[in-house]
Amino acid sequence: MSKPILELKEIDVYYGPIQALKKVSMHIDEGETVSLIGSNGAGKSTLLMSIFGQPRAASGQIIYQGTDITHKSSHYIASNGIAQSPEGRRVFPDMSVEENLMMGTIPIGDKHASEDMQRMFEMFPRLKERRNQRAMTMSGGEQQMLAIARALMSRPKLLLLDEPSLGLAPIIVKQIFATLRELAQTGMTIFLVEQNANHALKLSDRAYVMVNGEIRLTGTGKELLTNEEVRNAYLGGH
Amino acid sequence: MDGIFLQQMVNGLTLGSVYGLIAIGYTMVYGIIGMINFAHGDVYMISAYLAAIGLAVLSFFGVESFPFLILGTLIFTIVVTGVYGFVIERVAYKPLRNSTRLAPLISAIGISLILQNYAQIAQGPRQQGVPTLLEGAMRFDVGSGFVQITYTKIFILIAAFVGMGVLTYIIKYTKLGRMCRATQQDRKMASILGINTDRVISYVFVIGAAMAALAGVLITMNYGTFDFFAGFVIGIKAFTAAVLGGIGSLPGAMLGGLILGVAESQFSGLINSDYKDVFSFGLLVVILIFRPQGLLGRPLVAKV
Repeated sequence: MSKPILELKEIDVYYGPIQALKKVSMHIDEGETVSLIGSNGAGKSTLLMSIFGQPRAASGQIIYQGTDITHKSSHYIASNGIAQSPEGRRVFPDMSVEENLMMGTIPIGDKHASEDMQRMFEMFPRLKERRNQRAMTMSGGEQQMLAIARALMSRPKLLLLDEPSLGLAPIIVKQIFATLRELAQTGMTIFLVEQNANHALKLSDRAYVMVNGEIRLTGTGKELLTNEEVRNAYLGGH
Repeated sequence: MDGIFLQQMVNGLTLGSVYGLIAIGYTMVYGIIGMINFAHGDVYMISAYLAAIGLAVLSFFGVESFPFLILGTLIFTIVVTGVYGFVIERVAYKPLRNSTRLAPLISAIGISLILQNYAQIAQGPRQQGVPTLLEGAMRFDVGSGFVQITYTKIFILIAAFVGMGVLTYIIKYTKLGRMCRATQQDRKMASILGINTDRVISYVFVIGAAMAALAGVLITMNYGTFDFFAGFVIGIKAFTAAVLGGIGSLPGAMLGGLILGVAESQFSGLINSDYKDVFSFGLLVVILIFRPQGLLGRPLVAKV
């Protein structure tokens, strides 16, 4: 058994009076690829953001590498090796591609910056073509690649990805998942939030299914792919 | 006529460059936390007193050559004003970070009153003055008249442009600058990337105060006098400059300052100096009618 890199213990999260997450418990082991699937509004993105304390869990515990990070600041959590490509990509619109990538190096300093940037350009050649272009002028797919690359620039121990396939052309979705598969094979721990359950489950070692802020089901990627309930709800019954 | 025009052009650029320096503080703070720092004009006023104190202390210790005197005064004023900026943000704005938008605005007005009264009590209500540091002027004959540029004005222009240049470089090309821009564009994302956004906001206040301090030293050199209320009018002018250029935009603040300074000087030189403020604010109104976002500002697009 490998040890968990991240563990959520019964966390409750509220947006004002509305409870977004209810007693959510889960864990991600080192080197695993884990995905969280569920429909729109189930609380998947909230879960990812609450790992960074935005919003903070009202009760429960978040343990990262044996340390309780439930009440730590976002920048502390980022500087300790968790990186996120968030919902809506959130690239810095007025910055060039290179500048956006440089923002990813804050936790580790810029000593590996040029070497890592080259790696990103090999992984996403489109970004190289647009290296001096402002992010706001790029297409959704390019911004998605940029958001993932920016997260990778910090050489994270744990990579959180929020809907990398959202709103993208199928061919780009395929490309992005191929890249994720390569990353997983290098041993990186990946936690993936997806509506595109088919792609996500095929990629993942394990997965959780979230419904209305609660974890409804869990199992290996293969198990969930063949699970009747999952197939009907998230895989369009095919 | 030509002579007056050129003369007022020089005067306007000098005045405008100083407006621009102060406007930078308004625009950067607005850009990063979305509030108008109404105490900023008074930070400038404090820096004028500090400049006078710095000059007095240096003269007391026998420093007489202009370069050492001005350099010493600049360093002293910028550092101490920077501390003012830092402390004001910590005490008056940071505790209100997650409250309503109006709360820090009211707190800023409070700080403005505190600074004015503090200066009045500590330094007296009368006008203070400093002696002229740089004597002499250059004179050119132009057509039927002449243009006279004092060495003080030349120094102000150079110092202000160097200040703006250094700041532009920092914001555009350094890590600190990228962190400021990231925090401005998306504070939540910046913190998720490991940026201590509270600290970046502190830096922005210190930078704004430092620019106001540079302006304080330069204006004190030019006019020689100031009082505890000096920050009010110039603060409003610099704020106007920031809005004119597009609030939130750094080049906008500089451009807005220059345009306002030149417009004001030309109006008072060529038409009537009593109504120069009416003209400046009238210009603001006209520009805002046609470009509500200011000259270099981005139109506000509601986020979905």
